[in-house]
Parts: sequence; structure tokens; C-alpha cells
Amino acid sequence: MDEPRQPAAIERAPVIEPGYTFGTVTDKISSIVLTRPTSNGWFLGFGITFLLTMMMLFAVGYLFVRGVGIWGVTIPIGWGFAIVNFVWWIGIGHAGTLISAILLLLRQSWRNSINRFAEAMTLFAVSAAGLFPLIHVGRPWLAYWLFPYPNTMKVWPQFRSPLVWDVFAVSTYATISLLFWFIGLVPDLATLRDRSTNRAAQIIYGMLALGWRGSARHWHRYETAYLLLAGLATPLVLSVHTVVSFDFAVAIVPGWHTTIFPPYFVAGAIYSGFAMVLMLAIPIRKFYGLEDFITERHLQNSAKVMLATGLIVAYGYAIEGFMGWYSGNRYDAFLLWNRLHGPYAPWYLALLACNIFVPQVLWIRKLRTSPTALFLISGVILVGMWLERFIIVVVSLHRDFLTSSWGMYYPTRWDWMTYIGTIGMFLAAMFLFVRILPMISIFEMRTLLPEAEVKE
Amino acid sequence: MKRTPVYGMMAEFDSAQHLVDAAHRTHEAGYLKIDAYSPFPVEGLAEAIGFHKNSVPLVVLIGGLLGGLSGYALQYWISVVSYPINVGGKPYHSWPAFIVVTFEMTILFGGIFAVFGMLALNGLPMPYHPVFNVPRFAFATKDRFFLIVFSTDPKYSPSETRRFLEGLAPRSISEVPS
Amino acid sequence: MEEQNNKQHREEVCPGKKDKLDLQTARAQIAGTKGPEYWRSLEELAGSAEFQEMMHREFPKGASEWLDSVSRRGFLKLMGASLAMAGMTACTKQPLEPIVPYVRQPEAVIPGVPMFYATAFTLGGYASPILVESHLYRPTKIEGNAQHPASLGGTDVFAQASILGMYDPDRSQTIAYLGDVRTWGGFLEALRGPLNAQKAVQGAGIRILTRTVSSPALADQLRSVLKLYPQAKWHVYEPVNRDNVLEGAKMAFGQPVETQYKLENADVIVSLDADFLYAGFPGSTRYIRDFAQRRNPDAGNMNRLYVIESTMSSTGAKSDHRLPLRAVDIEIFARDLQRQWQSKGDVIAVEGPGSQATWALKHEYLEMVSSVAGDLKSHSGSSVIIVGDHQPPAVHALAHAINQTLGNVGKTVFYTDPVDANPVDQFDSLKDLVTDMRAGKVDMLFILGGNPAYDAPADLGFADALKNTNIPMRVHLGLYQDETAELCQWHVNEAHYLESWGDSRAYDGTVSIVQPLIAPLYGGKSAYELTALLAGQAEATGHEVVQGYWKKQHPGADFDAFWRKSLHDGWIDGTTFALKSVSLKSAAFTPSPVNDAKAIEINFRRDPCVYDGCFSNNGWLQELPKPMSKMTWDNPVLIGPAMATRMGLKSEDLVHLELNGKKVTAPIWIQAGHPDNSVTVFLGYGRKRAGRAGTGAGFDMYPLRGSSTPWFTSGVNITKAGGTYKLATTQGYQTMDTPEGSRPQVRSASLDEYRKEPGFAREEQSPAELTLYKPYPYDKELYAWGMAIDLNACVGCNNCMVACQSENNIAVVGKEQVVIGRHMHWLRVDAYYQGDRDNPKAYFQPVPCMQCENAPCEVVCPVGATVHSTEGLNDMVYNRCVGTRYCSNNCPYKVRRFNFLLFQDWETPQLKMMRNPDVTVRSRGVMEKCTYCIQRITQHRIDSERENRTIQDGELQTACQQSCPADAITFGNINDPNSRVSKLKAIPRNYGLLADLNTRPRTTYLAEIRNPNPELES
Repeated sequence: MDEPRQPAAIERAPVIEPGYTFGTVTDKISSIVLTRPTSNGWFLGFGITFLLTMMMLFAVGYLFVRGVGIWGVTIPIGWGFAIVNFVWWIGIGHAGTLISAILLLLRQSWRNSINRFAEAMTLFAVSAAGLFPLIHVGRPWLAYWLFPYPNTMKVWPQFRSPLVWDVFAVSTYATISLLFWFIGLVPDLATLRDRSTNRAAQIIYGMLALGWRGSARHWHRYETAYLLLAGLATPLVLSVHTVVSFDFAVAIVPGWHTTIFPPYFVAGAIYSGFAMVLMLAIPIRKFYGLEDFITERHLQNSAKVMLATGLIVAYGYAIEGFMGWYSGNRYDAFLLWNRLHGPYAPWYLALLACNIFVPQVLWIRKLRTSPTALFLISGVILVGMWLERFIIVVVSLHRDFLTSSWGMYYPTRWDWMTYIGTIGMFLAAMFLFVRILPMISIFEMRTLLPEAEVKE
Repeated sequence: MKRTPVYGMMAEFDSAQHLVDAAHRTHEAGYLKIDAYSPFPVEGLAEAIGFHKNSVPLVVLIGGLLGGLSGYALQYWISVVSYPINVGGKPYHSWPAFIVVTFEMTILFGGIFAVFGMLALNGLPMPYHPVFNVPRFAFATKDRFFLIVFSTDPKYSPSETRRFLEGLAPRSISEVPS
Repeated sequence: MEEQNNKQHREEVCPGKKDKLDLQTARAQIAGTKGPEYWRSLEELAGSAEFQEMMHREFPKGASEWLDSVSRRGFLKLMGASLAMAGMTACTKQPLEPIVPYVRQPEAVIPGVPMFYATAFTLGGYASPILVESHLYRPTKIEGNAQHPASLGGTDVFAQASILGMYDPDRSQTIAYLGDVRTWGGFLEALRGPLNAQKAVQGAGIRILTRTVSSPALADQLRSVLKLYPQAKWHVYEPVNRDNVLEGAKMAFGQPVETQYKLENADVIVSLDADFLYAGFPGSTRYIRDFAQRRNPDAGNMNRLYVIESTMSSTGAKSDHRLPLRAVDIEIFARDLQRQWQSKGDVIAVEGPGSQATWALKHEYLEMVSSVAGDLKSHSGSSVIIVGDHQPPAVHALAHAINQTLGNVGKTVFYTDPVDANPVDQFDSLKDLVTDMRAGKVDMLFILGGNPAYDAPADLGFADALKNTNIPMRVHLGLYQDETAELCQWHVNEAHYLESWGDSRAYDGTVSIVQPLIAPLYGGKSAYELTALLAGQAEATGHEVVQGYWKKQHPGADFDAFWRKSLHDGWIDGTTFALKSVSLKSAAFTPSPVNDAKAIEINFRRDPCVYDGCFSNNGWLQELPKPMSKMTWDNPVLIGPAMATRMGLKSEDLVHLELNGKKVTAPIWIQAGHPDNSVTVFLGYGRKRAGRAGTGAGFDMYPLRGSSTPWFTSGVNITKAGGTYKLATTQGYQTMDTPEGSRPQVRSASLDEYRKEPGFAREEQSPAELTLYKPYPYDKELYAWGMAIDLNACVGCNNCMVACQSENNIAVVGKEQVVIGRHMHWLRVDAYYQGDRDNPKAYFQPVPCMQCENAPCEVVCPVGATVHSTEGLNDMVYNRCVGTRYCSNNCPYKVRRFNFLLFQDWETPQLKMMRNPDVTVRSRGVMEKCTYCIQRITQHRIDSERENRTIQDGELQTACQQSCPADAITFGNINDPNSRVSKLKAIPRNYGLLADLNTRPRTTYLAEIRNPNPELES
């Protein structure tokens, strides 16, 4: 991950524009939540995304009434949009913890101004992801059977199944991310408690702040815990997508059964994660005038991370192709052919374009520093990563071993409604977040100021 | 701590550097029961007030081990002892398959112990605390830095301590009622 | 949709208003009667009209209530009200007359222990001897009668699926007059007057139209009716008839004879457009067995099959050499063949097929003629030529001639009297009827079964005549209120053959008594009873008629024993036809007329699934993939690849078929191996009044069919209609050749190759020790179940699929779901084509669950819903399944089926009665798959343990194995080295499908070995 460091070291664009004091930093960030009036833009955005959320709930409701048959899934393509979206969202959910934990351990101080909402994004992405495994099963009301709980049937989950691993990995990831995020929030909640003028806010923030008072002892334990948590989250974040990739790698389906998956899934996850961070950061810094805190440097570094992970992903594709030919396995060979010439070939080519070719323009410094360009490229990458999961899930399944059992997959309107609905849910949550919580870690920003330096 | 009408004597500073120096001198002056408050973690402040012992890492270690062991034990018991079934010709104790869950449980417990252990050791949550009675203390979460000498300190005396603190050239000094 | 159907159906079941009073009268009338006398007393009462009325009203009402689980209390009330009502409302009561169980189970009815009864299913006049499994008087499954020479345990798809036909909720449930509900009594009265009137004119106005009748009793009755009314006429019509066969026989021998074959004696079999390995061809069940017996390369007596056919058939798929030839050209082939004897020396003076298009095959054609002739010559006396029913008489005559020349008669070919009791030309017979109708000579028309208004040739205009010549009394007896019923004033709901008494002849003439398994669900009448009515015995029951007839045939004291034995065995001793020796009149036959050989030919064939349309409403058959196209629910126009390319057509394109003024628009389907310049259409679809399954499915091809050229004719005009039509195939991509090379799914070799390299099929087999784990010690267990499927024996007849569907309560999902790919068959028969698409090699491969020892599906199931049993079964635990579908994704054989929606019909009461009580009815959201019929395994384990022995090899058969006429499926204990399955698995050509994945499948295949003619192999 330290790939972006060296270039970062060379051109020293500041992580926070000069001229700020503890006070001004505090006021600028807290005012967004406390004093600044809620804009119409916010209401509009929240309104739309909220409606999308409702649409998703409707689609899911109908799903429960009729059964998964309303989706495009069939035999042989037993998994469709649900799993594609699940993997996509989980991947996006990787950036937050990565930024918070790994960059923290790597002392990438520039992370301080983006980690907070990156973590929030992670939480919302993971909850969007978590929805799909639950609703995609044939009998959702029994999905809890995947958890090991004592029961009268005296039966337990089957721990050789990657799906059970998923349950543990994803729930652990969600829990740890939540704790990490909340712990990071506590000092800032204390700030809001003390800054807010209206009673209700004081009480709510006061309760959430757990009576934080910034004692030196507390800070000391706090930092230790935070660091250890980062230390734990780092292998975790790497493991989660590894485990998700096991869903495929452990199976014997051609196109799934490959050892390259774990690293290439993790890289892909970070890839899409950073793309989503940029897609959120760029408009936010614009609308809330946070260019001083989320500076060019942040955009640059994120772009570089995407460039690097993008190349790893490209390597993954290359290896898949190579193995298809080198293994001499007729099924792998056919898989390769089918991706390039089969009925889903356009999707695969689009995938290559989105994930490999387009992002190469990030080599150009000018584009790396242009918010608009980055925003668009990030969008392309997100689409590309979705396509990647679609190719892996659907195209591998639709033509496997016995030619007699080949089939095609056609998503239905219910598939689309559910997918788009989760995007709405995700954004709606983000809107609420920026409105009621400090989207940038205030106390960590303070530490970035020169005054924060002390000598013994 | 035994109840006294006064909780302690608090001095307010306006820079981290100033606070650290003050803390050093107070501690050297023989005050043991002191504490400092800052809007962000200040390097060396804890040492300055003579706080060295930190048991959070131990807690996390215990948590992690507990999680890992219970994770593996759970799977072993379920798959080998409680309800062994022949699944795809694999042995009941297919340890490689059990690694993932073991790992995740380690992380989960470690993390939970880290967070709640830290809070417990910090005595949080604690919505009320005497220092909040000092109006200026509201700035401790913005840009002011505070040093407090607790009235439980053997060396504490309202006049002496105030004089000593004045010697540190704070912005202001206030007595903290308990 | 489904719910609606059920609701509306429930109303149909209980017409009439709820009338408490007649219940009172009922009790009054049967007051004081005790259980035993009760039936007799009821029969006495049966005459009185109002009792009939009451019966009619109350019975279905009670029935519906009883059946509808929701209001079982209603039924109990009824029960309490009257013993009579209880007896009559219960749908599952034993027939009144004593019927005799086939002793394989204890005679006493033990709940949970089924009884088996021998009876016979009749199609096209030919009986298929069957055993019916009955649970507490509910027939649930149909199996072959292993003791009967025409079955030897096998059945055909139509016979097996007929059980669904009996429980069909859309069946006609009342007698109707102009659509209004009437009673038998009412019908009797309405008939009395007109019949008396006919007496005066010797029945000059009476016409009786039946389907092909082979029943001695019914024939006898009809004749007695004709005695009673000398001027009356008995017409016979069935759209799929054997006119040409009888005509051909007349041509050759001057008399109509039935031809039988002994394929076990045949080394060389030449099929001239005869699909003799598929249901519908008389004796196919037996022929399949005999054929398969001679396809065993390890026994070293392999026969050789040449098929010259006009459309791709499963018989053609099994051939060693196949020549696609237009139907019209097959006669030319036959002539050219015959020439090889007439002309001294081996000159091949060839007319050559008429159409240039086919003549493209000149080379293959000549080769085929000469090599077939050569093979036949060298196998005189041990060869046979079989001709398809739809080939013109001349071809049949030619075949007779050649068979005579070769001296096959008496060795492989045998002649007997025709099974058809009234062997007239059926098209002529119908034509005469229509003429009389138009001439106004008909006063009373009795249509006993059949649906001529739908399936009569268009040019006869039967339906029109029925509608517009106002015949005062038109009576239709049928299972459904179908197109014909609509045009008759009177409709009498027919009793299903499983509900009524009868008799019928198998292809060898052996008579089986048809004994009912259950009293008529809707109180229907059989043709016997209706005819009895005409013969002036209004009260005669079917039982009396049939038994009465056989009493005449078998007088004497021992009749009861004779009757009992006949019922028990399923056939009557000594009724098998004696062989006839007939002599050839001449060897030269006038060629049948050909109109414009160059023009495009159209073939009309009976459908492999719905036959002539009589099974349209049978969901099992509708969803049964046709052997070669794997098409369900539809009958597209089959067209050859070359022709399609030439015309720029793709599968599913809609085309107009125009033939002498008639026009039908239908989609096409490109059928590999179909001859050029010719198309094939299947009859039996496009029904308008079939029921929930059949109505609207497919396209009605009868309008194109002419009575003079019922089977094929040229001059059809095909034009692109524009637009496409979605077709539902269960197997989209039917080749093993992928761009990255061929996949060895079906392993095959020629006999010589096999002899050279016996182990050819086992390459890629991964060694057993290829695992890090210690394998589970299955060899320590008492049983380890395994299956071996002989691809060489399998003829792709689909029997196993229907058997499985019936045994395991498998749901029918409907066309839309099949299109998506959600059909539920646990066992499928894959068909693969290889090589030249215009004349490919074709293979069949039945694929049940492989029961892999290293099952990939199990490892990935998160809840342990599919796990392994100690006997090596891959068990599926329905109520543990949460439906992640991961197992299906990870199943390399894709044999798992998922209930994406609520596919099972949980509403319709009749279907509830039909289900196998030993098998769970799966609900929405769970995975299901083949279990090796675990319910049967368990049953036999319990029995054997009770008798404190182990399960004997062969006593335990899976449903698919049992139904297989070819004996291609063998199931048993692979821990017993002497079991048949173990021995088969030891044969070198035994291989595991995708065994290189190290799944260690318990189901293995015996590679297919062809026996090509060396001459043609170059």
C-alpha cells in the first residue's frame, strides 16, 4: 500500500491549507453540522435517494411474497445480480477501513481528512452488501440457520462452506468497522456537545460522547486502542474480500476455481473503494467548501492508489487468460474463448475498457488533479468493477461442464429495482451522515496543525 | 476518592507546548494526583503527568486468544463431537476449512476487547464529571488546554497550589467544585 | 392464474344448488340397509331417476368438499349424515365388483403398503400391459407388467403418463345436454324415443364412430348392435392409423395381416422410415428390449441397424448408418433395394431420388443401397426390413417382398391376423360418414371416444358437417368436453380406462382384461356401457359386458378360476394370435402416385409427447422434451440445416405454411439430420378446448392434412412470416463440440476400435488415491448403492423421465419457466449431435444424480442440507434447505433442480390424490434432485430386515430402471461383487462422467459402441 508514498513525498502539496488554527478548524467542520442551515440541495438529494430506498423495499417485499423466481436466476445460473451486487458493495466497503487502518499504520497523515466519511461509506456499503445474501436465498425467513446458535434441531452450520465463512467475515467486518468509526467519533462528539447551543443536540451528542473530556490518560489509552484496532482491522480488511473470493475459488466451476482470486479480489476491492471515495469526496468538498481540508494531494494520492490497484487487477485478468491457455484444461480454455466470443462478449470487453484501459489516463498528472476528470474516471471504474463481478458470476456459470446444461441469464426488472434501490439506500445514509455528524475527523485535523507539535 | 467540597484546582493554557511544560513542572514539584486535558492527543503529555502503566494491549491479547480458541473449539465440537456428518467425503475434522472462522473470531474478539477494554479502563461512559462544572472547560474540546491538581493530592492546599499554578503563567485558574 | 383455475375448477366439481332435501330422501331410501347389502341395494336404487339426480348433485359436491382439505369438516358432517353418502362421496373407494390384486404384496390392504394390479393401457388399438400401484385404492403409478411378453417390465411414456390423465381436474365431469348438466337417467330417457323410431327403419339413421377397436368384447357388442339395427353403420376413425400397413399387406398377400418382428434373431435391421424404437409403434416396448439385447458388444452378438428416414427420430439416432431421405424418396430406395435381387449380378440400376435437392446425397445414397443390399444378402434369414406406418402401401408391399426373398419370414418376420377388430380404411370410413351426414341420412350419431371435430382431415370438413347438417341426435362420449363435444347436443363424460372395465389386444394379439383401479371419479360411463345401451341392455355395467363376453368364450365350471387368473396375470391365456403363413401375390407393385417430386415436402407425424392430441392436457407429456429436439409445449416446423440456410431462416422464425389453400403460421426449428427440401410437423397441438395445459399450446397442423395424403405430400409453400416465437427447449445447445475442442461427455467407439482398445473410455479417469484425505470407508458398509447406465442400450425413449416424474411427485412448471430453464426433471435424457449437421451422429445420455462420493455440492452447502449417507447416497434434506443454490452452481452435472417459485400444485384435490405418499411434496425455495428412489431403498431395507436377510440383487429397482424397456439402467449394491451392477462396472467400457474432476460418481456409464458396416466406414 505504501506505493503512493514516494511520489507523495516528492511534490509536497499540503494536506491542509495554511492559516488555520485549532479554533478555525473546529468551527469550520462543526459548523456544517451545528450552525449551517440545511440546503435545498440536501433535501432534494435526500428525497430522491429516499424514494429509491422505498422502491428497493417494495421489490424485496414482492420477492418475499413470490420467491426468488421473480429474478433472472435459473439453472445453471443459480446466482445472479444478488451475488454480483453483494461482492460489488463489499468491495466498495473496503476503502474506509483501508484508509483508516492501513494508512494509519503507514503514518499517511493525509488520510486524516478523508478517513471519517470513508469509514461511514464503508458501513453503509457493507450494510447494502449484507442485504443481498439474506434476501437471495430461497427461504429468507430461515437465513438465520447460517449462524451457529443452539437449537432444538441439534443441527449446526456446515463449516466447510465458504458461505459460512462469509457470514463470519462480513459480520466481523461490519462490527469492527462500526467500532472503529464510533471510537474515532467520540472526541468529535464531545466537541459537538460543547459547541452545540440547543439543548437537545447537547444531550444527544453528550450521551454519544460518553462523557469524553480529553484527559491525558484517556488520550493515551485511546491512542493505544485505536492503533491496536487498526492493527487488527488491517488483516481483517484483507481477509474479508479473500473470504468472499473463496465463495468462488473453493468451487469447481471453471472461471471460479483459481488461486489468483484472493489477491485480485482484494486489489479490485480497494480499486472500487477508492473510486467510490472520490465520487463522494469530490462533490462534498465542492458543496461544503472543504477544498482546504480535502486538497489536491488527497485526490492525487487516491488516484495513484487506483492506478496501482487497477494494474494489479489487470494482472489478475492477464493471469486468468494465461492459465486458460497454459493449463491445457479444455474447460478453462473454453471459458476464455466464451468470454471473448460468447454471448456476453460485449460485457467482457466493456469490463476491460472500464477497468484497464480508461484508468491508464491517470498517468497524466493533469487528470489526476482535475476533480471533474477524477469523478468521471471513478464512475467508469465503479461500472467496470460491477461488470467484473457479473462476468465472474454469470459468465462462468452459464456455460460450464456439460454442454447440455448450458443456459442464459436475463435480469428482470426486479433485479434492477433491488440493485438501484440499494444505491439509493447507500446515498440516503450518506446524506444523513454528512448532515448530523462531522464528516471530517476534527481532532485528527488539529494534530495536523503546526501548533500541535510539542518538543520535550 | 473521599468526597471533599473541592475537586481540584484547574489551570487553563492556550498551547499544547505550554501545557506539557506546565505538566512537567507540576509533576516535578511533587504533585502526583494531577491530570491534563487537551483537544487532541498531545505527544508526551501522559508521561509528563507521570502516567506510564497502560494495560490495553494485554486486554486485546486476551481477547484475541479467547476469540481464536473459542472459534476453533466451536467448529471442532460441532463438526466432530456434536453432530459429525459425512460431507462430500471430507474428514469430520477438516482443519484447513476451519482456519477462516478461527481467524475472524480472533479479530472480532480482539477488536471488541480493545474498544470496550479501553472505555472500561478510562471509566467511560461517564456523562457527569466535576471538571465540566468549570465553564471554560467547554473549550477543552476546541483549542484550550487544562491542567488540574486534584484535591486528593497529599500536597494539595488551596492557597499553595494556586500560587504554584500561577507560577506556570496560565491564562486563568479556577477551583473545581465537586 | 393457477389459483383461478383451481377456484373455477372447484365450482365445476360441485354444480347444482346445495339441496339438503335429497340427502333426506337418500337416507329414507336406504334406511335400514347395513354395510354388506348396501352396495346391492344401492344398485337396485340406481335406476330411479331422482336418486340419480341426487347422486349427481351430492356426489361431486361431497367429493369436492372431501377433496378440498380446507373443508374436511364439511365432509365429516356428510359422513355422519349417511352411510350411503360416505360410501359414495369417498372418491377412493374400491370398484363394486371384485378385482384381483397382482400378488407381489400381501393381499390384505395395509396402509402404506401399496398393492399392484395388472391391467392394460390401450393406444391406437394396441394394449400396453401394465401394473398399477395402488395406495388404499388410489392408483398412483403405472409400471410395466414384467410377466407379459409385450412388456417384460417396460412401458411407454403414454401409458405411464395416463395416470395423470385420470386425475386431470379438467376432465369432463358430468353428462351434458347443450352444455347444461344432465344425468344418466335423463340421457336414457332422451335416447329412448329416437332409438325406438330407428327400430322401425332398422337403424338406417344410426351411425357409430369409434376409434380403432381391438377389444373383442366391444367389437362383439358393436356387431350385436348392428344385428339389432341392420341398416346402422359402424365407422372407425383415428388420425394416427395404420391404413397403409393393412393396405400394403393386402397388396402383397391379398389380405390384411399384422406383421410382427423378432428382433432378437435379427443381425441386420433396415428401417425404412420406421420409428420402431419409440412409443406409438405397435410393440415398440418389446422391440426396444429385443433390440437392446442385441446391442451388447461384450456378448459379441451385436446387430447392425440401418435407418433410412424422412425426419430425425430416436431410432435414427441409434442407427449404425443413417440416410436422411425425403419420405417420397424412400419408396425409390426400396425399389432400388429390391432391384439388387431382381437384376442378376450386382448392377445397381438406380432411379435415384426424385428431387434434385436430395440428390445432392447421391454418393451416400448409392453407397447405402449397395451396402444395405450386401449386408442383407449376407444375412438372409437373420435380417429384417421394417417400414414406417406412414409410408405408402407400396413400400410395405416391397418390404414384404424383400423379407420373403431373404427368407426372413418365420425367422425374424411373422404374420398374424390384424389386431384391429374392424380393419377398414379409416379415412374412407370417415369420408363415407361425412357423405351420409351431408346427404342427411344420419339421425343418430354416436361418437365413442375420439375428437374427430379436431383431428379429422381438413378436406373432409367433418366438423363443419357436424355443425351444419342438423343431425337430430349427436352423442359424444369423451374424457373431455372437447372440440367435438362442443358440436354435439349430448356429451357423456367417459370413464377413464383406470376407472372402467374392458379388454384389449396387445400387438401379438394377446388379450388383457382392463380392470378398474378406482370407481369413476366423476361417475363416467365407458364405451362398453354406452354400446350396451344401444344393444338394448341399458342396465349392463362394463363388468357384466366384459365378463359376459368372456363367459361365452370360456364356458364351463372353471370360469371363475379362469377369470381370476386372467385378471391376476394381466392377460388371457391362449388369446395370442396364431402365426399365419401367407404367400406373396407378386413382387412388382405399382408405384404410389407422386405429385411433383421437386417441390418441398411436408411430413405429418404423431407427436412424440401428445400423440395425436389426445394427451394435450397432460402436463407431464407436454413438458416431456421430445427425443431429438428437446422441445416442450410446442410443435415447431422441423427443417433441415441446409434448407434453413438456403431460405435464410433461423430457429424460432415464424413462417407461413401454405398447402392447397390452407395456411398455418408457425415457428420453425432447425433439426440436425432432417432431410433437405422437406419439413416435418407434429400433429396434436393448437387445441382449442383441451384444458389448462393443452389449450393454446402449439399450432394446429390438421388443417394442412388431406385425407388422400395424410402422412406426407409435396408442394407446401413456405414463406417467412416475419417475427419470431419463443420456443421452450430443455437443452439449448445440443453438441459436444465446443470451439475449444470436443468434450467426451458421451464416450463412443466402433466395435473394432473397442476390441482393439477396450479401455478407451477410461482415459482421463483420475486415480482413486488422488486426494489428501482418507476416503470414507464405504466398503465397510453393508450396502453401497450404485448405478450403471448402458448408453448402448439406451434408445432415448424418455420412459425413465416420466417414471421419475410419477414416482417422485415432480412438478410441472409450464412453458414460461421452461424457457427460462427451470424445468424440474430429476432425470433428464441429454441428446447430443456430432459431425455433419445434415446427417450427424446422435447420442443419448440419461443423466440422474451421480451421487458423487466426493460430492462438490455437499461441501459448499452452508447449512448441511445435502450430506452423505453411510450407503453413499447424496441425501437432500428438504426441510433443512434454505435455498442458497450454491450446490447447484457447484454441481458439474447440473442435476439439481430448484423451486424458484411455488411450482407444486398444493390446491387441486385430484392431484393430491395422485401423489406418491412416500415422497415429500417440495415447496417453494428448496433444492431437489434425484435420490436413487430412496423411498424404495428404505421400503426394501425394512422388508428385508423384517425377514432378517439382506436385500437381494435385483429385487430393488429404481423407478427409472423399472420403466426402462431397454434394460439400460442397472441399480444395485456395489459392495456385492456378484451384483449385476458391480459386474457391469467391471466392464472396460464403463466410465464415469467428468470423472477427471475426481467427484467419484456412483452413477457410471457404459460407453456407446457402434457396429458400422466396414464398407461404409471408409
